[in-house]
Amino acid sequence: MCCTDMALAYVEAHASWSEANTRPSLGRDYAAFVAKMPDRSSRAEFAVEGVRCAACMTAIERGLAPLPGVASARLNFSDRRLAVTWKAEAAPDVPAVLAALNALGYAAQPFAPDRLADAEAAETKRLIRALAVAGFASMNVMLLAISVWAGSVSDMTPENRDLFHWIQALIALPAAAYAGRPFYEGAFRGLRAGRVTMDFPITLGVVLTLVMSVVESVSGATHAYFDGAVMLLFFLLIGRVLDQTMRRRTRACAENLAALRSERATLADTNGGLRDVPLAELVPGARILVRPGERVPADGLVEHGISELDHSLVTGETAAVMVRGGDRVFAGALNGSGALTVTVTAAAGASLLDEVEGLMRRALEARSRALVLADRATRLYVPLVHAAAALTLVGWLAAGAGWHAGLVDAVAVLIVTCPCALGLAIPAVQVVTAGALFREGVLLNDGTGLERFAQVDTVVFDKTGTLTLPEPVLTAGTFDPKALATAARLALSSRHPMATALAATAGGSEPFPCAEEAAGLGVRAQVDGVELRLGSARFCGAEAEAAAALAADPEASVICFRAGDGAPVAFPVRQGLRPDAAEVVAGLATLGHRVLILSGDRAAAVEAVARRLGVAEWEAGLAPQDKIARIEDLQRAGRRVLMVGDGLNDAPALATAHASLSPVTAAHVSQAAADALFLGRGLTPVLSVLTMGRRARRLMLQNLWFSAVYNVLAVPLAAFGLLTPLIAALAMSGSSLVVTANALRARSGAAGTPAEAVGRPPVAAPVPSAA
Amino acid sequence: MTVLLLVIPIALALGTLGLAAFLWALRSGQYDDIEGAEYRVLNDD
Repeated sequence: MCCTDMALAYVEAHASWSEANTRPSLGRDYAAFVAKMPDRSSRAEFAVEGVRCAACMTAIERGLAPLPGVASARLNFSDRRLAVTWKAEAAPDVPAVLAALNALGYAAQPFAPDRLADAEAAETKRLIRALAVAGFASMNVMLLAISVWAGSVSDMTPENRDLFHWIQALIALPAAAYAGRPFYEGAFRGLRAGRVTMDFPITLGVVLTLVMSVVESVSGATHAYFDGAVMLLFFLLIGRVLDQTMRRRTRACAENLAALRSERATLADTNGGLRDVPLAELVPGARILVRPGERVPADGLVEHGISELDHSLVTGETAAVMVRGGDRVFAGALNGSGALTVTVTAAAGASLLDEVEGLMRRALEARSRALVLADRATRLYVPLVHAAAALTLVGWLAAGAGWHAGLVDAVAVLIVTCPCALGLAIPAVQVVTAGALFREGVLLNDGTGLERFAQVDTVVFDKTGTLTLPEPVLTAGTFDPKALATAARLALSSRHPMATALAATAGGSEPFPCAEEAAGLGVRAQVDGVELRLGSARFCGAEAEAAAALAADPEASVICFRAGDGAPVAFPVRQGLRPDAAEVVAGLATLGHRVLILSGDRAAAVEAVARRLGVAEWEAGLAPQDKIARIEDLQRAGRRVLMVGDGLNDAPALATAHASLSPVTAAHVSQAAADALFLGRGLTPVLSVLTMGRRARRLMLQNLWFSAVYNVLAVPLAAFGLLTPLIAALAMSGSSLVVTANALRARSGAAGTPAEAVGRPPVAAPVPSAA
Repeated sequence: MTVLLLVIPIALALGTLGLAAFLWALRSGQYDDIEGAEYRVLNDD
């Protein structure tokens, strides 16, 4: 099943994002999402939420077919995307499709697949085509090869054997030329960059095998190895296709999520019109409107308007910051109660995002220099195997066997050691583990991340949005139930993130019809002649109560309520801990991991969380550079650090750490920097990632050792000229099957919660938007 | 053994036909939505 449903159930719980999905659409500009086809028809793709069964598919396709101008609507069930094609003469009407989907009960967003994804899709198809050709060739060549093997113990005439060898050559040569291209190109690219990659021995092995087989066929010899060459390509291509499919699936899910979060900006035209545009279309100098409850889409300067911003995703700071005309705002900040007009500033090295990205680039470069298992295996494998082959040649020459016999045996060494098992050993484990993690609600960004998870001995948590849930909740306490009920009902009319915490307690009640938002202050309503106010302490005249509530709970923020001239009430609201945070931290400690909290938030807030979780080592008020410095200190001291964080300010730290993990609600940049994303409200994925990583690494090492043992046995056989094509074929396919079967063991019995619990989190009451 | 001259080309031709069919199916997008295909079978239209 696709991740999108699971992820969205969670994202839905976040008022700020679900609000963006449900807000009334403006005159939106969808031109960027519609592609013109060569036959003049138009086509657009949509990411669709809530598709669960075959009936959904039929309902959507049938429901869209009668729309005017629509030529076809086809839902891709695997990646939850809908492709709509309009007839050549019809104007593409994207809003009509969205409205129709909405009426059917599905949320959808138009979706612009980027060029990178197109290239990936083309690469996948190319690999599958190569796999098909290699599979076809190896079946047919094997058919002929087995006849020869059987014939050499019975009564096959040499003429027939030669004929069969030539037919094999006829099939194998073009097939290898086509199917081997991914490897030849890889080897060539590597050599040009001055590196010997695993593609090089593969290319060398395949080419030498084919050349030798042709030479042997010309001279009418008994043995030809055409079957070995194509079978090798077939097995290696399986590994490549698996690897590529895993990458594409993760990417498709991430793209759907991005589209459904509807990351876009409201552009304010010079003539006062409003237009929604995708983020990519924002240019410096553009004026954008940020409404209450929305996230600031880009860095900029406030032109006018007053509001308070929640920077928790940017800096980890939970206290809201007041901004007014002339102040700088950063992408990712959550707008409070006032509308802001923001001028987008030049991105040239000045914005916070650029600074973060600069830090991240440096960190990622350092990480990409770290050797993963596959690289280390290649480094050992290539010189050893080539030395063995050279030694065979020299040995036979020294023994006076002549060039021909010496070369044949040297090439036989290369054939039998060709890295079938090695090529499958690691990708197969990565793919199987990624699938198992996927069911646990973890999306793996990078297959090599698994090995790094396995080595972790220190876990560093960010506080805001990682240990705590991203949305605030009302602090437990005793409140006047009548005041709470009225305040909650009033809160339904507000888009302020703190009000949503209050609104979540409202149950099924209706919002007050006459409620109106007072920009930058709160929300008020006249009910039975009494003015109800909900908002800042100043707005409600509740400074004293607010100060008292803050003194009692330094972590909290306060939202105040007052009915008429009655006594004002201050509701402390704060971000709650994730439900299983304490158990997970305790579990990590039991496993012997050192646990730290590095946060950008206030010391008082961090200390309270650290104390409740029993974490002794914590630091507060850290800038991104400080976090990197702390993590580098730890790594210099020999610790392998897993960073778990979500904020924009965590992104460089995520990239610096040995391994990294982000919740799916994290900032864009952090998601890109993390090795894996986890869904759901629990922190259990942290534990399962670590255990699954360990198991994956153990299986990879087992596979590599098996390949080594196999080579140690096979090389002498080949070097002494005892290797017949039959033995080579058995050895190669046998070893591939063994490593694949071993990799499948990664699938069973993953630690952690069942997928259902992760996939269907309790969803907070949706917040209806005020008209 | 002249029968081989007939049988081997036939075998190869059939194999090539299968390969061509697979490549055609891949190109026409029949493998783009493997999960959806199992449900589409049950659709009436």
